[in-house]
Parts: sequence; C-alpha cells; structure tokens
Amino acid sequence: MMTRDRSALKRREVLANVLAARGDALVVSGLGTSTYDLFAMSPAAENVYFWNAMGLTVPAGLGLAIAQPGRRVLVVTGDGEMMMGIGSLCVIAAQAPANLSILVLDNEEFEETGGQAGLTAGAPDIAGIALGSGFTSAMVARDAGDVGKLASFLLQQPGPALAVAKVGPSTDEPVYPSMDGPELVRRFRAAVPGD
Amino acid sequence: MSQTAAQIDDGWSRQVYALARLAGITLVTTVPDAGLTALLRLCVDDDDMRLVTLSTEEEGIGMAYGAWLGGTRALLCLQSSGTGNCINALALPAFAQCPCLMLVTMRGQEGEGNPAQFPMGGAVRAVFEAMGVVCMEAMTKEEVAPLFGQAEQLAFNDGKTAALLISQQVIGTKSFVK
Repeated sequence: MMTRDRSALKRREVLANVLAARGDALVVSGLGTSTYDLFAMSPAAENVYFWNAMGLTVPAGLGLAIAQPGRRVLVVTGDGEMMMGIGSLCVIAAQAPANLSILVLDNEEFEETGGQAGLTAGAPDIAGIALGSGFTSAMVARDAGDVGKLASFLLQQPGPALAVAKVGPSTDEPVYPSMDGPELVRRFRAAVPGD
Repeated sequence: MSQTAAQIDDGWSRQVYALARLAGITLVTTVPDAGLTALLRLCVDDDDMRLVTLSTEEEGIGMAYGAWLGGTRALLCLQSSGTGNCINALALPAFAQCPCLMLVTMRGQEGEGNPAQFPMGGAVRAVFEAMGVVCMEAMTKEEVAPLFGQAEQLAFNDGKTAALLISQQVIGTKSFVK
C-alpha cells in the first residue's frame, strides 16, 4: 500500500484558531468530522450542522449568506464533501457574496470510511479551482505560520474567499451535536433574527 | 435582444410570479428550461428578486435550506430531467422538516419529440414521492396558479417539500423536425 506524507496540522487546532475570532459569524459545517469538530471547538447556536446531503454544505452557505448579508458566513468542510459540490464554487463566484468564506479541512482521504485516498491526494487543487472559478482570493495553509493567517483571511477581508488547510488524520474522539433536524433548525432561527 | 416578459406571456407565469411575490419569495434558483422562460424573465426584471443560476439542480435544495435558516424564502425552478439530480439532496429538507418549494416543467410526456427524455420524465413522480415530496401536476394553464398556491402553502406553512409539475400539455413540445 502506498503511504502518503501527512500534514502535521491538527484539524481541531486549525478550526479553533480560526473560530476564536468568529465574532458574530454564522458557521456551516459539512457532514462527518467537520460537524463533530465544529461542535467540539465552538458549539454556538449560530452553527448549522450538516448530517446528510453530501455536497450541499457550500450551497447552504450561499443561501445563508444571501439571506444574511450583514453577517459573515463561514463554511467549514472536508475535501471529499467539497469535491462533490465543486461546481458550487462557480455559482458562488457568479453571485460574488462579499460575506461568504469557505475553509476546507483537507486530509486528502475519506477518513470516516476507512482512509481511502481522496482526489486531493493526487493532482487536484481545490484552492486553484476556486481561483479559476472566479473567487477573489484563495490560499493554502501548510504550517503553523499559514494557520495564523487564516482567521483574518476568512473573516475580515471581503469574500468570496476560500482557504484549504492541509491537515493530518483526526486524533480526537468525535462529539456529536443533536441529530434532531427540526430542533437544529429551530435553535438556529431563534438565535439568528431574519434579515 | 432578448424578449420582454410581456412578449413571452405564456398564460401562467405572471400569476405564479405574483403569487411568489405575495408569499414573500425573494430568492429564485434555477437550471433553466425553455418552459420557464417567461417566469425567469419576470424574476430577472424584478430588483427585489434574486435569480441564481445553478451548476446542478440539487444546489437549489441546499440554497433553499440555508436561505430558510437565514429568514429568506426560496423557489427552485427546474426541468424534469433535473429532478433525478436532486434525490439525495431531498434528504436535507426531509430530515430538517423545513420548507422546500419546487416548480418543475415537464419533458418526456405526450408529444415529446426526443425519446431520450422519456426515462427521467416518466420517473419524476415516482422518484419524488419515494423521497417524500408532495407532488401535484397542472394539466392546463388555468390549473397552474391555484396549484402553485397550494404547493407554496404546503411548503412554507407546513414545512413540506412540495413540487408543482407543469405538464408538457401546458408548456408545449419542442420540435425536432429536420
């Protein structure tokens, strides 16, 4: 079996670093580890936790960004989930929402299903695709120095912006937000007044 | 130059547009279809409506969910061939029990000139109903507006996923005569 060089970055540390500066940002997490990590590191009522519909986290972020133009919307998802909805980057670039950012925690594998290599383990480059789609800016974080730049890149500058953080395998126990779909919706809508 | 909405009045789009406005829908997402031309033109011409062109139809399901969370009502307009692209996406509003409203212009029905449209066109209702979507179908122009009103109420009042199918009898057939 081929082995890959693994990033030394820990996904929850990357996420915590960014979300320490979240302010009143609304955060949408992709199904699987992104949802567990968001709930572990920043379990705010202003979070949207995906449990299904792989590929739709980014479109949901766009819908939310359009509905809430006065607030920053940050989508946090994995490379597999991002690849499934990769065309959505073009939809976003065409709409050019200044309040929307995407953080891809890229472990280059399908960790939840047994560690099968993902597409980004090879040539595909999500940050490059974002730029080619028409995103204002994109970056790749590979070390602690880069991680220090992520919060301002994703939360301060006008979007749409996309950052890829190359992360190592998950080492933390998963923690789960509510699996009650209507309750998740009610909680979020109560915390976030309609525009 | 593109036609104005008045020039392409099809006998139902104006009423649907008016009902959508009345229902507070301000976001319309689409992969376009010829049968949607007049309705989409009305939305483009309205500064209070935002029309978003998608790369694939299921994105409209995700956008409607995010929009609903943020307090905005959305409508997804698509051709019947795009309904199959939405299957797993429909698990999202079903799980969350939140509104999802779709308007589907049909292909692959009586008079269809392209046999490639039959497999998906014929399966729309079975596929949607298997995913728990409430389906209704307008067979005449006159039926479109009242049924749209019902679908809109089911979605936004009852948190259902509702689809209004507009029959090919209403929108006409595309000619493939060589």
